[in-house]
Amino acid sequence: MTDTASPLVPGEAKALLAPPRPALSHDWRRIVRIGSIAALGQAFIALSNMPVRLDERLIVKPVLSLGYLVLLFLPLAVGYRQGHQTVREGVPVFRPGLNEVVGGFSCGLIAGGGLAVLAVLLANFDLREPLVNWSPILLDLLAFGNQAWFAAVIWLAIGAGMGTVGGVLRLLGPTSRRAVVTMAIAVAGAAVLESLVVDLAEGMGLEALTDRLYDRRGGVNWNSALGLAGVCGILAVAGRGRLRQARSRHAELQGAKRTQANAGLMALAAATLIVLPLFAGKLTNELLANVGLFVLLALGLNVVVGLAGILDLGYVAFFAVGSYSTAVLTAATSPRIAPEMPWLVALIVVVIITGLAGLFIGAPVIRMRGDYLAIVTLGFGEIIRLLFLSDWLSGWFGGSQGITMIPAADIFGLTEVSGTDPRRVFYLVLVFCALAIYVSWRLERSRMGRAWMAVREDETVAEAMGINTVNVKLLAFVVGAVLGSFSGAIFAAKVGSVFPASFLILVSIVILVVVIFGGMGNIVGVIAGAAVLIGVLGGPKQPGLLIEFSEFKLLIYGALLIWMMLARPEGLMPSVRRTRELHQQEMAQDAWLRGEVDDDGGGNRPAGPPVATQS
Amino acid sequence: MVPRTLRRGTPRTGVDWFLTFLRVSALTVVALGLLAFIAQEIDSDNPFARWANPDATGLTGEQFWGLVVSGVSQGAMYGLIALGYSMVYGVLGFINFAHGEVFMVGAMTGMITSNKLADAGMWESNFIGSLVLIVVVSVIVCSLTAVIMERVAYRPLRGQPRLIPLITSIGVSFFIQNASIVLLGPAAKAYPDVPDWVKTKHTFLQIEGSRILVILVAAASMICLWYVVERTKSGRAMRAVAEDSEIAALMGIDVNRTIVKVFALGGAMAGMAGILWGILFRSVIHSTGFLPGIKAFSAAVVGGIGHLGGAMTGGLTIGVAESVGPLVILEPLGVSGVSQLRDAVAFAVLIGVLLLRPSGIFGERLPAEDRT
Amino acid sequence: MTETHAAAAIAAETGPPLLETKALSIDFGGLHALNQLTFEVREGEIVSVIGPNGAGKTTLFNAITATVEASAGDIVFEGRSLLGLDPNQVTSRGIARTFQNVRLFANMSVLENVMVSQHCRTKQHAFGALLYTKAFRREEAEIRQRAEKILSFFGTRLVGYRMDQPAFTLSYANRRRLEIARAMATQPKLILLDEPVAGMNPVESAELTGLVGRLRDEWGFAIVVIEHDMGVVKEVSDRVVVLDHGEKIAEGDYAAVASDPEVIEAYLGKGTGEK
Repeated sequence: MTDTASPLVPGEAKALLAPPRPALSHDWRRIVRIGSIAALGQAFIALSNMPVRLDERLIVKPVLSLGYLVLLFLPLAVGYRQGHQTVREGVPVFRPGLNEVVGGFSCGLIAGGGLAVLAVLLANFDLREPLVNWSPILLDLLAFGNQAWFAAVIWLAIGAGMGTVGGVLRLLGPTSRRAVVTMAIAVAGAAVLESLVVDLAEGMGLEALTDRLYDRRGGVNWNSALGLAGVCGILAVAGRGRLRQARSRHAELQGAKRTQANAGLMALAAATLIVLPLFAGKLTNELLANVGLFVLLALGLNVVVGLAGILDLGYVAFFAVGSYSTAVLTAATSPRIAPEMPWLVALIVVVIITGLAGLFIGAPVIRMRGDYLAIVTLGFGEIIRLLFLSDWLSGWFGGSQGITMIPAADIFGLTEVSGTDPRRVFYLVLVFCALAIYVSWRLERSRMGRAWMAVREDETVAEAMGINTVNVKLLAFVVGAVLGSFSGAIFAAKVGSVFPASFLILVSIVILVVVIFGGMGNIVGVIAGAAVLIGVLGGPKQPGLLIEFSEFKLLIYGALLIWMMLARPEGLMPSVRRTRELHQQEMAQDAWLRGEVDDDGGGNRPAGPPVATQS
Repeated sequence: MVPRTLRRGTPRTGVDWFLTFLRVSALTVVALGLLAFIAQEIDSDNPFARWANPDATGLTGEQFWGLVVSGVSQGAMYGLIALGYSMVYGVLGFINFAHGEVFMVGAMTGMITSNKLADAGMWESNFIGSLVLIVVVSVIVCSLTAVIMERVAYRPLRGQPRLIPLITSIGVSFFIQNASIVLLGPAAKAYPDVPDWVKTKHTFLQIEGSRILVILVAAASMICLWYVVERTKSGRAMRAVAEDSEIAALMGIDVNRTIVKVFALGGAMAGMAGILWGILFRSVIHSTGFLPGIKAFSAAVVGGIGHLGGAMTGGLTIGVAESVGPLVILEPLGVSGVSQLRDAVAFAVLIGVLLLRPSGIFGERLPAEDRT
Repeated sequence: MTETHAAAAIAAETGPPLLETKALSIDFGGLHALNQLTFEVREGEIVSVIGPNGAGKTTLFNAITATVEASAGDIVFEGRSLLGLDPNQVTSRGIARTFQNVRLFANMSVLENVMVSQHCRTKQHAFGALLYTKAFRREEAEIRQRAEKILSFFGTRLVGYRMDQPAFTLSYANRRRLEIARAMATQPKLILLDEPVAGMNPVESAELTGLVGRLRDEWGFAIVVIEHDMGVVKEVSDRVVVLDHGEKIAEGDYAAVASDPEVIEAYLGKGTGEK
């Protein structure tokens, strides 16, 4: 490498080193492969009925609905993706050029071809028998109301167009690319968050703003879409450096100053969360309460999965035990025993019961290999649901009828919290979330937290270093169980009834997706993950902001889980440690480049710029 | 290192005592149930049976036989699915949670093809021929599904900690289930009607034709699989990779290809099982794969994971246990509505086996890195 | 042999055995990994265990730390049997070990590696951490101080900015040092070192040899070392035990063992021994 010797700035060095790609040297096999995968994906999306369902949801008033957006996205993505090239020693192999656009065009064309072929097939064959969405409506949507041949032509054109746009995005510099992406996200985000924004604006008396922003029948209108895009684009260009500066300044803070800054940020977040519901209407508060419940569950599972590294797939069992014991203890209609305790008193008993349940389930499984443990906990989760459902115990838990008429939660006689007032539920959830955050934060930085880490790293060695791995893991299991029981107790009081059908394994998996999406082991990440996923897509039974998505949300959760594990297993907001675990080799290489890895001669050489190792 | 659970010795910690207590009480419940059942069978009025369950009626010999047969036929199906779990675990050392969905895909494919055949009139005119046809189609589709799954979701994760591909496979399972909902609709779908000889009980042994068919087909597939794994060149490659993939690669075996073959074979067995499901229950829904999948995994563990004969034995054990267990052990003890607890019993068998003998009946065969 | 060595050796002769294996046998499915092994370590003593590959040296360590189970015989530490204990209980009794193939908690920082190893010597439970009690804070501070003190035993290598870096960024030699630091952190009476200088260059291995002596002299640990490097064995050991095929074939000071014909035979093969 020459750049250590010559005073070139990196950008120029890149330009010097990367020759433009020679004409017609495309990797056509790769383009065809990516394009055909996208074509199949497009056909799958179309046949899943997503476009038809989402067509009612408008993004930009007359032109673009969410239904078309899902079809437009894939060609764009592959067009962009195709331009991806290997980067050697920090320098791309070729300088991006016109060929990126050609490649994007071809990829997009093939991807659009998927829909074109589908449209022709739709017009000429009837496969409605197995494929329920094989319908004229779909053809109509694809053809914009015209004939099938029109659909074929137009989707080839659209695909090629979007692919080209993707290719062009490659050509843009990082700043302008960021601006474009921010603009697109801002418009889509404004449309997706419409009901939330409208609701908040009404609460704050800002209807004038939302009337201007949104069309009456939903969707952002043309003018405001352009306006929003413009503002956000400018902000993205102007604000990028500042944001990064602020972040690096925060990262550099040490000791007390850092604590202060963190406390300030937390106070700000807390204040927002306390004030926000006051301005929000019932629907928004309901959404917030649901999100809060899942945040609470996710925080509990995070202790088990994220901190102790135990993959518990039956976490819903503790949610169920918490809900059912609250129901039995507080409801007058509980079939066998009905002590009708006040909610707070019951909560103490519930904590004890779930803690014991955690011990009871945990003790047999805790010594098993990690993957066996996952399946066995899943089995336990299912057994517990089956027991609640069975006729055998219906004398206690009401079988499939469940327990109904659970009274509102009475908080020191001050207020009553029930589902009729979601705002109160949200505040209650907030209190328990704060508790859960405190518990996991405190434990992570204690002797126990370090022991969990060690067990996660290497159980045999942890044992040899004097850690009683069984007890330590069991503690994590029980802490997770107790945190799960909190949300169970709140859930029972909120909904007012418990049924076995609320505690399917599905719930466990959704919580797991939330935790992984946000970033295992990172409290902020887990909260953000729950807010984004549950807030936008919705929980297993709870609707999110995109109500139209409810049919597809589980499909999306599944796809998201696969994609996360393949592309970014550490989650959106990774904890430093998890990232290390998953990318140890790369990080070791980076550290070596930075000169932070010591050589065998000893460690007295200070960290400094890398010594040039190549001539 | 020797697994902790294999170490002899008396209970030392609280957890040990609790586990011992669990083991003893599980065995006690099973023994009590069996005793009560035997007492009931001798004379449902005898005091012990009355004490255990006042409403005891006992089972007739015919009922009992029926339960065992239905257990065996379902168990054979679980065994076929279990082979896929067992082989993948043996080679790659992770649980392919989505394998149950491959089975579901098989059942769905069978449903679609058989309905098309019924529309064309071939199903009635040539039942055996169409059966062979749907088996072939389903086996091909399932093998493809399994291979694509491996290529897309698991190959990039090779060498990662074991839980990472497991979590991915949960995602795959979720995705396939829900893809089935959005593509094929959420309702249960029926297989076309089968000829009478399949439905009726034969005088011979008092078994329905469908169950005989299932047991025969399962046995035949098992023999084919055994032949492939033990007698062919690719089978030898599979065993070598299962033993130690690095060494196998050094010996000139194409590890990727072999793993693809393992997935294809496992998928084929699952596809076969899917058709058997169709013949037995004649109805299929998107969640069809979930419970049989988990039970089949249990079967693989019960038999000793990585062990082909063990997978079949485990399948039969789980099948018979969940069919006979509720009525022979729980009912005599006065538990009501036992048939609802079938699935719970299947899981309980898994937990029980892991508590009593974690390496399964025949002992596990793990990839080199997991043997430590 | 330095004067302190000699003094310690004399003390060792007279004191009661710290660790004793009595006719210890370990079978792996018919294979005798250890056969009727009787051997003892006294307080303040450095014992080397040598022998050809597969002689059962590491198995002996595994048996002492309860990672494999004894088939027959007994292991007695400070007058009490270790049989039937879990590995973590053995560590709390006061035996720590390092691993032949360095096994650090690679993603934890250097300091955390040492802190977590004090687990069995500290008491604060989850409630203390949750309530953030005074006792909890005091203990945390103590754990940290002790960890820093242990790390500074190795000179400047593991302290300073390096303390907060993940263990996988360490050099090979430093990883070995950190393993020893971790063993020290469990506050043992006896440390088992499994090939501490394997793979090191002569300078490093000489330094580590000195370190083993200092461990005994400054910290008072009794030490058992498995080592192939005869130079190191000669330098550090008060006594040498030679294993072959799971049996003890010789014992004594280095000179005696090194000239023992049976030992030479075990190392170099039968024919050579006779010549």
